[in-house]
Amino acid sequence: MELNFTLNGKPVTAQIAPDTLLIDLVRSLGCTSVKRGCDTANCGLCTLFLDDKPVLSCSLLAARVEGRTVTTLEGLQEEAAEFVGFIADQGADQCGFCNPGFVMNTIALLRENPDPTDDEIRAFLAGNLCRCSGYEGQLRGIRAFLDSRKK
Amino acid sequence: MPSHHNKGEPLLMMTIQKYIRPASLEEAYTLNQVRANRLVGGMVWMKMSNRAVNTAIDLSGLGLDAIEENDREFRIGAMVTLRQLEQHPGFNAYTRGAAAASVQDIVGVQFRNLATVGGSIFSRFGFSDLLTFFLSLDCRVELYKAGTISLEEFAKAQPDRDILVRLVVKKVPGRFSYSAMRIARTDFPVLTCAVSRVGDEYRAVIGARPGRAMVVRDEEGLLAGGITPESAAAFGKYAARVVPAGSNSRGSAAYRTRLVSTLTRRGLEQLGRMK
Repeated sequence: MELNFTLNGKPVTAQIAPDTLLIDLVRSLGCTSVKRGCDTANCGLCTLFLDDKPVLSCSLLAARVEGRTVTTLEGLQEEAAEFVGFIADQGADQCGFCNPGFVMNTIALLRENPDPTDDEIRAFLAGNLCRCSGYEGQLRGIRAFLDSRKK
Repeated sequence: MPSHHNKGEPLLMMTIQKYIRPASLEEAYTLNQVRANRLVGGMVWMKMSNRAVNTAIDLSGLGLDAIEENDREFRIGAMVTLRQLEQHPGFNAYTRGAAAASVQDIVGVQFRNLATVGGSIFSRFGFSDLLTFFLSLDCRVELYKAGTISLEEFAKAQPDRDILVRLVVKKVPGRFSYSAMRIARTDFPVLTCAVSRVGDEYRAVIGARPGRAMVVRDEEGLLAGGITPESAAAFGKYAARVVPAGSNSRGSAAYRTRLVSTLTRRGLEQLGRMK
């Protein structure tokens, strides 16, 4: 079946199967920041935005995005660049595999709540799993970024 | 143009031959009478089932993705996401934040932006935070063919081929609290517990027993004199006595029974502190 949607600001037409998952479609279109970490809708690595809301692309039928807007980290480089350095400065990235999903959901958090408390950060990012770290480095990085904006 | 099949990859255990977004409930209902066809909600759990689906029926074109509020009730469409419930100001004001409390530890924001109220309630999962919470409200289920029935009656029935259109929650003056025990945040619950006073009736709803959520009422009048530390503890013990608990990998029956007593008591104490 034919699918028309907007991917990172550009109109896209693709041929899909009825059971194509959005993660496989966007990866085949070059958006390889979108990772499959668990395949059980738990890890958050496949996070992308559907009409600006963060969703798990491993669980979404591609057919459902007809006429809608999909954004991946490839389309948000400037917004991500603002804070990823702060996370790297804390040594939070180790293998880095969870990073794109983590960055996507952090962008979603900061758009919705520009000045979150630590508890609000933990709650919003609870669905992003990292098997290298204990999340403390990421939290310190986001905190450092937020503090830098207040100066 | 490339074709995007999942050839040989262990990605989608469920296969789908055809995808349809019906333009009416009648069309969706007719399609859903075929055994090989399936209604899809958020698809977060269904994706992991191992089955061959002929036609996936997507209700997302029917305007069922809104929470409507009037003086008397909330009308919650089947395709409303858990995240919408969590963030709806009116619904959370009425439920004293219990709506948000019931869903906030379900996996993550990205999951809750997909998972639907209709999918969760229709599936009647034993582990369902949502079913536990809604049973503590004056809640009815609107089904396309069978009409409107109480959620309690619906929860006891086996899933059939009807379509859950919306939940209707009456704004009966009440107090509500929600808690669940989890081994880790975002995990499935070991036990869920919603406590409410709806009008003059006290309810404790216990789910993840690990069986389906069930309602406990104050049959012995333990709370007839109001909520005190003693009456709350007594009702907690009563709930523990009447709620059947079982064992699984998340906890033993004995542990769950202790949780029933403790979470029920704490829920009542929370209601007692509400103005």
